[in-house]
Amino acid sequence: MDPRRTARTVSGPKVRQVGFFTPAPPERSISDPPRFQDPIQPPSPSPTQVNDHSPSGNSLSPVMIPPAHHHSDNFLRTALQVTSPTKAFSYSAKTVTIPPENEDVASSFSPGRKVFSAKSPSSFPGVKASSVPASELTTVSVVNLPPGISEKAGGASVEVQNDRPVSAKTLKEKTSKAERRALQEAQRAAKAAAKAEGTKASSAASKVVTSANTKPSKAAKSSSQKNDGSQVAASEKKGGDRAPEKDRKKDAPHPRMQYDDKSRVEKAKKRAVVKQTEARNRVELFRHLPQYEHGTQLPDLETKFFELDPMHPAVYKVGLQYLSGDIRGGNARCIAMFQAFKEAIKDYSTPPEKTLIRDLAARISSYVSFLIECRPLSISMGNAIKFLKNRIAKLPLALSESEAKSTLMLDIDRFINEKIILSEKVIVKHAVTKIQDGDVLLTYGASSVVEMILLHAHELGKHFHVVVVDSRPKLEGQLLLRRLVRKGLSCTHTHVNAVSCIMQDVTRVFLGASSVLSNGTVYSRVGTACVAMVAHAFRVPVLVCCEAYKFHERVQLDSICFNELGNPDAISKVQGREEINYLDGLVNQENLQLLNLIYDATPSDYVSMIITDYGMIPPTSVPVIVREYRRDHLWS
Amino acid sequence: MDFQVVVLAGGNSKNLTPLVSKELPKPLLPVANCPVLNYVLHQLEQSNLKDLIVVVEGEDAALLVGAWISGTFIDRLHVEIAAVPEDIGTAGALRAISHHLTAKDILVVSGDLVSDVPPGALAATHRRHDAAVTTMLCSIPVCGPLESGSSGGKDKAKKLGRYNIIGLDPSKQFLLHIATGAEIEKDARISKRILHAVGQMEMRSDLMDAHMYAFKRSVLQEVLDVKDTFQSLKEDVLPYLVRSQLKSEALLNRTPQGEENSNEKVSSQNNQAFISRILANASTPSFHGIYSENPDGSSSTRKTHKCCVYIASSSSYCVRLNSIQAFMDINRDVTGDADHLLSPNNIIGPSPKLGTKTTVGPNCRLGEGSEMGDKCQVKRSIIGRHCRIGSHVKVVNSVVMNHVTIGDGCIIQGSVICSNVQLQERVELKDCQVGAGFVVTAGSEYKAESLAKKEK
Repeated sequence: MDPRRTARTVSGPKVRQVGFFTPAPPERSISDPPRFQDPIQPPSPSPTQVNDHSPSGNSLSPVMIPPAHHHSDNFLRTALQVTSPTKAFSYSAKTVTIPPENEDVASSFSPGRKVFSAKSPSSFPGVKASSVPASELTTVSVVNLPPGISEKAGGASVEVQNDRPVSAKTLKEKTSKAERRALQEAQRAAKAAAKAEGTKASSAASKVVTSANTKPSKAAKSSSQKNDGSQVAASEKKGGDRAPEKDRKKDAPHPRMQYDDKSRVEKAKKRAVVKQTEARNRVELFRHLPQYEHGTQLPDLETKFFELDPMHPAVYKVGLQYLSGDIRGGNARCIAMFQAFKEAIKDYSTPPEKTLIRDLAARISSYVSFLIECRPLSISMGNAIKFLKNRIAKLPLALSESEAKSTLMLDIDRFINEKIILSEKVIVKHAVTKIQDGDVLLTYGASSVVEMILLHAHELGKHFHVVVVDSRPKLEGQLLLRRLVRKGLSCTHTHVNAVSCIMQDVTRVFLGASSVLSNGTVYSRVGTACVAMVAHAFRVPVLVCCEAYKFHERVQLDSICFNELGNPDAISKVQGREEINYLDGLVNQENLQLLNLIYDATPSDYVSMIITDYGMIPPTSVPVIVREYRRDHLWS
Repeated sequence: MDFQVVVLAGGNSKNLTPLVSKELPKPLLPVANCPVLNYVLHQLEQSNLKDLIVVVEGEDAALLVGAWISGTFIDRLHVEIAAVPEDIGTAGALRAISHHLTAKDILVVSGDLVSDVPPGALAATHRRHDAAVTTMLCSIPVCGPLESGSSGGKDKAKKLGRYNIIGLDPSKQFLLHIATGAEIEKDARISKRILHAVGQMEMRSDLMDAHMYAFKRSVLQEVLDVKDTFQSLKEDVLPYLVRSQLKSEALLNRTPQGEENSNEKVSSQNNQAFISRILANASTPSFHGIYSENPDGSSSTRKTHKCCVYIASSSSYCVRLNSIQAFMDINRDVTGDADHLLSPNNIIGPSPKLGTKTTVGPNCRLGEGSEMGDKCQVKRSIIGRHCRIGSHVKVVNSVVMNHVTIGDGCIIQGSVICSNVQLQERVELKDCQVGAGFVVTAGSEYKAESLAKKEK
């Protein structure tokens, strides 16, 4: 990290914009990074710029930073991938056994042909049997004919298709660590060299490459295309010119859907895959947030299982799990989503007459909107998606499909490993130093990082007591408690109602967070604010543990404008206690409104310290991290 | 969606004699003038499952079914037909084609299922839980004709015993116990281990296994390989999987894990474990997860797999055609309450020629080219194509297949009359089944009998 940091200070003057900014002037916006329809994201000063020596010539960037290392980066990668096909071919042996099926497939285009040839008659082991291809697939009317057939046609082609990406991937991964090391080294070297050379160097380098840590303002997509286009074909220019316009459109802050705007809601509903019945009786203040009748979505989505053709099964599964609440928690949802995307990319093949970059980006967007329909994205997921889309947009055009795919899968792995797992480890390392013998630690809900901190401290032999505060309706704390108790920690369990009573014994409060916003506001499971405030009143330090990839540059002062509404039934009913469901039958009354908020915002005043992968920082330093390191999140 | 569909169409069913014969295998048995297999295939087609393997018992039957499918579903479905020897059971049939199975999950549907439950729902449940097997349960259909209850009475008592006894967990998502067939009569043996892990089990006898399953392919193939005595999916494979869900032999879990791990580098395995722990902690553990945990919280070597259920809502229609009574019921329902099941391709030909003063009541279906004489009465019945019915004939609650000739003055109640049957004048049939090509002599009266040509 350190060398990068110094590198950045050189380019400081450009980035040092503190506080709020007015939207960039139109000229700037041309070169701003593509917005990728992230509704959460307000317009922001572009952190990501490429030196442009592009034909359009709108090089307004005041500072030119050499896009140094990327040359080597790409070079390394392509060099690596050249070897992969050989590996892939070794799999062809597998397909040998099934040629008859393939023949069938090939012939299946002749409609109405009745073939009673003994198709692999002896291939049934043991029993005497033969399969008769009675009717051939001749679906001309189906739109997705070519992929459909190739996917479904017998076993052979499926295996071939599946195996190839796998092989590429394994190879990729085998070398990935070494490669990553080499890459990093190369980057550093290049950066150092570039620094020495000064801004002039950029002109030479930028011709070839997409850049990672460079600043000058240029839309990532268009520039990468252009830069490569200059090598590949001049005709690519046209596409390059069109891109900025698109970007400009996207640049306008994508307004978040306001769900009290009826006409818009109707429109959105028409697009929606998941059947969304708006819940009645919503609380006035929260009308702008989406709230659907729970319980209708899941069965409906389930019945459509086979009908959502473009949806990848892995993505679909994750969506179902979001919807049914099988996966929750920012990190878990993010990892699950990325793993699903990885699967989807693995099985992706570019349709004819389309470019991978655009088509895949569109594909990912459709997946994302499906996931949003299942459950609104968390901020961490938004950031992760932004990262992935950036990576897709920045893929060099010259890359072959398999190379591009393996690059992306590698990127996803790296994101999970570095941004989530490594940073959790670092946070644990930092936080453990704050735990001393005899401490009484309080935590609220179930945060994966806090759990790891507690377990790690326990492993180190520290003697401390844990208070797990929980709240209805999710009772996530109980799951945490269960795991802690099994590991032998001494615990107290209480509900949030009693937090003021127990707080006087507590020496530290550890909280997880869904996100930390740039004014230091901690956006987390509802109830966190309450716990933090009580702790503040008792002068107990509140330590918020949050990975840096969850930071967001948005500023939020209350928990009203952005939030998520849960199932209102969850608070009106007590599971397993039929006898105390006093609200039965009242739920649909006009004058009863149920509010089940999922998140709340804790003002930074109540937070003593934020423990993140860059160290322990005061909440006021969050904007610095967001500004300084966001490039890392997006580009690395 | 990485699902492969296997339709077990069956061949000649003993339960359905004399309705089925060599010329008319069970899959082609007409229900409301439309082969029963059509209902399944149509349902699958609606769900966008266009790539099917249809397994038929017996070579001849396979040829017949194949010819029919290629005639009907041409341009619409990609169907492969596999013929397997007769009497090898459902498990045997799957074993015979198991090397054709390549997708991650296999959807196995019985060819005699008449249902409007979307298979997607089952598949989605299966995927969501990452189950080894998911089975669809539906409520036991009301059997016996609604109006003329007399015929159903005896059958009903007999048949209720044949359905399943099913144990579910409190959330009604997992299958804990299933007793089928002959086992129902015996004492129920419930695994203590399962009961201990779950804590509470709900026993249901009002649910029926609809014979629509989603299997994880690796699990299915392992079981079929190792347990080569297993004959039936319903009576052997499914109970075995349910029984062993908490002590699942290593083989059930080994394959998928092996695949995953081989992709990962050794160094990243640590991370992998990390990820899986985060994911596992993020969700509410099912009893499988809790059980497989060691007391200290680390996940142990105990292997488990999940057996899930999808319970069709009570408003949906779901019946298997596995007995003559069921055949009658389905015929009645399909023309009556559940007429949405009739696929649009079930073309009803130009309306048949009716004689004067002939009345055709509601819930009837007349095939094309049928002719009826004067003063006939048809109520709640299905009449196939090219039938010739004389005058003064009364047909109530019956199924008359194609090319049947009915003489004047016949009275047919609650009966099934197969193709090419000739009823001479003044025949009275009540609750009878008449096999194909049979000739009923004039003036004869039968009650609750099964008439068929003596073969050989």
